Amino acid sequence: MARSFPLNFRLPVKKTLAFSGLAVAVLGLAACAAPPPPATPYDPFESTNRSIHAFNLALDRNLVRPAAKGYGFLLPAPVRQGVSNVASNLDLPADMANGALQGNPKRVVQNGFRFLINSTIGVLGLFDPATPIGVPQDKTDFGETLHVWGVGEGPYVELPAFGPSTMRDAVGTAVDFALNPASVALQPPESTYATGFKIASKLGDRDRYSATVDSVLYDSADSYAQARLLYLQNRHFELGQTAESASGGDDFIDPYEE
Amino acid sequence: MANLDFTRRGFGAALIAGAAGVALAGPAMALDLASARALINKAIGEVNTVINSGKSESAMFGDFERIFVRYADVSAIARSALGPAARSASASEMAAFTKAYQGYISRKYGRRFREFIGGKIEVVDAKPLKSYFEVISVAHLQGEAPFDLRWHVSNKSGRDLFFNIIIEGVNMLASEREEIGAMLKKRNGNLKALIGDLNAA
Repeated sequence: MARSFPLNFRLPVKKTLAFSGLAVAVLGLAACAAPPPPATPYDPFESTNRSIHAFNLALDRNLVRPAAKGYGFLLPAPVRQGVSNVASNLDLPADMANGALQGNPKRVVQNGFRFLINSTIGVLGLFDPATPIGVPQDKTDFGETLHVWGVGEGPYVELPAFGPSTMRDAVGTAVDFALNPASVALQPPESTYATGFKIASKLGDRDRYSATVDSVLYDSADSYAQARLLYLQNRHFELGQTAESASGGDDFIDPYEE
Repeated sequence: MANLDFTRRGFGAALIAGAAGVALAGPAMALDLASARALINKAIGEVNTVINSGKSESAMFGDFERIFVRYADVSAIARSALGPAARSASASEMAAFTKAYQGYISRKYGRRFREFIGGKIEVVDAKPLKSYFEVISVAHLQGEAPFDLRWHVSNKSGRDLFFNIIIEGVNMLASEREEIGAMLKKRNGNLKALIGDLNAA
C-alpha cells in the first residue's frame, strides 16, 4: 500500500452533493419522530420475501457456509481477528459521517478518536488498542440516520445476499454501500483490498457464530419467521425502540396474564 | 453473504444466555440488586461446574434440565410457547407437553453452553416492570463486545422464578412461541405428534 490509505479519505464533491441532496429530500418528507414499530411484523411482501429467503438459504448452504468453514479452518484465530479489525476500522469514517448526520457529536468524536488510534498505533486498523483504553466502536448506519430523521421502518423485506431488513434499512444499506467514505476515497488496488477485508470479515462472522446461525437457518420449523423476528427485535433494540419503561413493544410478554 | 448481516448483532452469542438464565430465581428473597447479583453468580458457577465437569453432552443435558426446572417457571414458559393451542389442550396433554418441552429446551440451549466457557455475566440493575421484575445484566464473553441481557422474573407461581430472557432485544418467549407455533402448524395442529417429536428432538 503506497499511500496511507485509511487516513487519506476524502468525499469527492459530486457524491457529497448527491448525499446532501438526498438528505434534504428525506428531511423534507420526514416527520420529527419515527413512528413506533408495530407489535406484529408488517410484512406485506411476505411471499416475495419467502422466495428470497429460499434463495438466501441456498446461497448460504452452497457457498457462504462452506467458504466460511474453509476460512475458519485455514486461517488462525489471530489473523481472522486482524482481518475483522481492519474491516471494522474501515467502517469508522462512515460511522462518523452518520453520527454527524444524526446530530450526535459523541458518536463522531468517539469513532473519530478510535479511527485515529487504530489507524496509527493499531497499524492501519490491524490491531485494536482503542477498545482496551475505553474507546469501543459506536456502530451505526444510514438506516439509523433515517430513523433519527423520523423515517419509520416500513415493510419488512429480506434482501438477496444481505438478508433481513426493512424498507428503510434497505435504503440505508444502499446508501452506506454507495457512499461509504472509506470506499469512496480509495482507488484500486486499495479499494479492492478493502472490499476483500470486508468480505473476509463477514465470512469470519459466519464461521464464528456458526452454531447459532445454523440452528436458526436450518433447525427452525420456520426459519423465515425466526429470522424476521430476530432481526426486527434486535433492530428495535439497537434503535432504542424497545421502550423499556413504556407499555409495549415486542419485548414484553406476561404469561401470567394470558 | 446470505443473512450475515443480522448474525453479527443480536443473536450471535445469543442463546448462550440460556446458561445464565438458570441463574435467577432460587429461594424467595427480595429482588434487590445485591441479592440478584449473588444469585446469578451462584447459578453461573453451577452451570460452569456442569460445563467443565467433563461429562458427556447427553449427561450435561440432564443437569441443565434440572437447573432449568429449579430456576425457571417451566409451566408458564411452556404454556406461553404453545400459544393459543394451550387453551384447548387438556390438563394431561399440557402436562405431557410441558415435560417434553422442558427436555427439548434444555437440549436446544444446552448445545450452546460451550460458547459460554470463560464468560462472565454481571447484574447492573433491577427494577419493577409491570407486574414483574426486570433484572438487567451485561454478558462478557471471550472476544465479544459486552451485550445486554435481561431477565423477567415473577413470583406469581408462589416463588421467584424467571420466565423470559431478553438478549439484546430478542425475546426468548416470542422466539419460542414462533417456533413451537410453526412446528404445530407443520403437524396440522396435532399436539400429540408435536409432543412425540419434541421428545425425540
